[in-house]
Amino acid sequence: MKKDDRKIDDRKIDEKKFRQNSRRELLKLTPVLALGAFAIPSLQEGLLKKGLGFSDWASARLFRSGHRAPEFDNSDLTPFAKFPINGYDVDDPGVIFENWTLTVSGAVQKPGDYTLTQVQALPRYRQNTRHICVEGWDVIGRFGGARLSDFLKMVGADPTARFITVNCADDYYESLDMATALHPQTLLCYEMYEQPLTRQHGAPLRLQIPTKIGYKQAKYLTDLKVTHVLDRVGYWEDQGYSWFYGL
Amino acid sequence: MSNAVVEIVRASSKSKDNEDDEPVVVARAVYEHPFIVRLCHWLNTVSLFVMVGSGLQIFRAFPSFGAKIPQKDLLHWPRAFAIGGWLGGGLQWHLTFMWIYIGTGILYLGYQIFSGNYRQVLFTRRDIPGVWPMVKHYFFFGPKPPVHEAYNPLQKQAYTTAIILGVLSVVTGFAVWKPVQFSWLAWMMGGFHYARIWHFAVMWAILFFVLGHLVMVILHGWNNFFSMLTGWKKDPEYVTAVDPTPKGEVEGEDDRAAPEGAP
Repeated sequence: MKKDDRKIDDRKIDEKKFRQNSRRELLKLTPVLALGAFAIPSLQEGLLKKGLGFSDWASARLFRSGHRAPEFDNSDLTPFAKFPINGYDVDDPGVIFENWTLTVSGAVQKPGDYTLTQVQALPRYRQNTRHICVEGWDVIGRFGGARLSDFLKMVGADPTARFITVNCADDYYESLDMATALHPQTLLCYEMYEQPLTRQHGAPLRLQIPTKIGYKQAKYLTDLKVTHVLDRVGYWEDQGYSWFYGL
Repeated sequence: MSNAVVEIVRASSKSKDNEDDEPVVVARAVYEHPFIVRLCHWLNTVSLFVMVGSGLQIFRAFPSFGAKIPQKDLLHWPRAFAIGGWLGGGLQWHLTFMWIYIGTGILYLGYQIFSGNYRQVLFTRRDIPGVWPMVKHYFFFGPKPPVHEAYNPLQKQAYTTAIILGVLSVVTGFAVWKPVQFSWLAWMMGGFHYARIWHFAVMWAILFFVLGHLVMVILHGWNNFFSMLTGWKKDPEYVTAVDPTPKGEVEGEDDRAAPEGAP
């Protein structure tokens, strides 16, 4: 049966025409060479930035406000002693707790300095969530704090503003999209394992965001700004990391 | 049917003893690899290379699958065999080329399914009996089983596995990249921690396939290699096996001479 099929389909083609045809078929593959643009030094950086930007765009589309990060049992927790301490600079920038306030500015009705007591007066939430570092390691920790969304409501943040930016006592800086800032699991965290936050983990106040990679979760917060326009993105982002990096 | 046999003919010249004016058949050829398949093959060659190289760069940042404290490294992959220079660079390459890798995969699968060309590569139940004879032939000096189609059962098995691995590399990759948004995916793999292990394991499985693939390509020579560039395979075994040329001997010599003069 197969034999017959072949015989019906048998065609004859001149040797030269066959070579021409082969060449044409080969040339059709030239679009693949366009990938060579990534090997050109002057184009490489821009192309990779575009690629990363596209990934960030896709990440923002994939983010669902109502979707919660998995939470875990207490038995799944990584022991506190084995919870890594990762800073970009110093582990303890020497915050003087008595003088500490969170300075709120930007598109808010009530700008000014907020004390830790004011943050702690908001409803406290505790959650066992996975903390994932961009390096690849992960731990499950128990975090407690106020919802950032509650705090934003308290300071009268403009709900149409698009970003939150934060500065830290160690000169670290970060920024968040508003959708993530309003996510119910995004905390202004002052507690780990039901104990006050230690200095190395970002006392007195840090961001804890189970829907984001580790470096987005800035420690030792000093300033918080609500803004329509991002003037700067973040310390690691400026080194070339992804901005959105939603998990 | 893309696998029709074409006879390549040379106009008969008077120097040759051809009493009838029939052109001489110098070779037979089969258009084995449609354009989209070839395009995807080479796009994938590039993007897979970048994905593996940048993936290993990312792995270098935490070359372990255990705890961070204490950290026990699995292996120290040399920077020279990684792409991106540092973790951030590796991520940029990985998060850029993954879209090319995924796009190529979708184009390939879509084409194979809608054109029906998948029949050429898909390993099915009727290929099972043919696997062991091929294994015996390749690895234990067994006799060569007769060839009836473009890919033998073992090849189909290998290519089908490679395609599945390609899909798994994307699926495990999404579990690593988006363990919250695709928490059900990560959960199926045992959570983020295990998804990362699966993603790594799938990479090695793909590299194992690539190694075997390269060895076979080298063993089978240029004619086979060119078929992935032009689509055409000259004198594939299964054609002569099924339908030998009646005037075989004279033309058989011509056939062998043709590729040398061709370029």
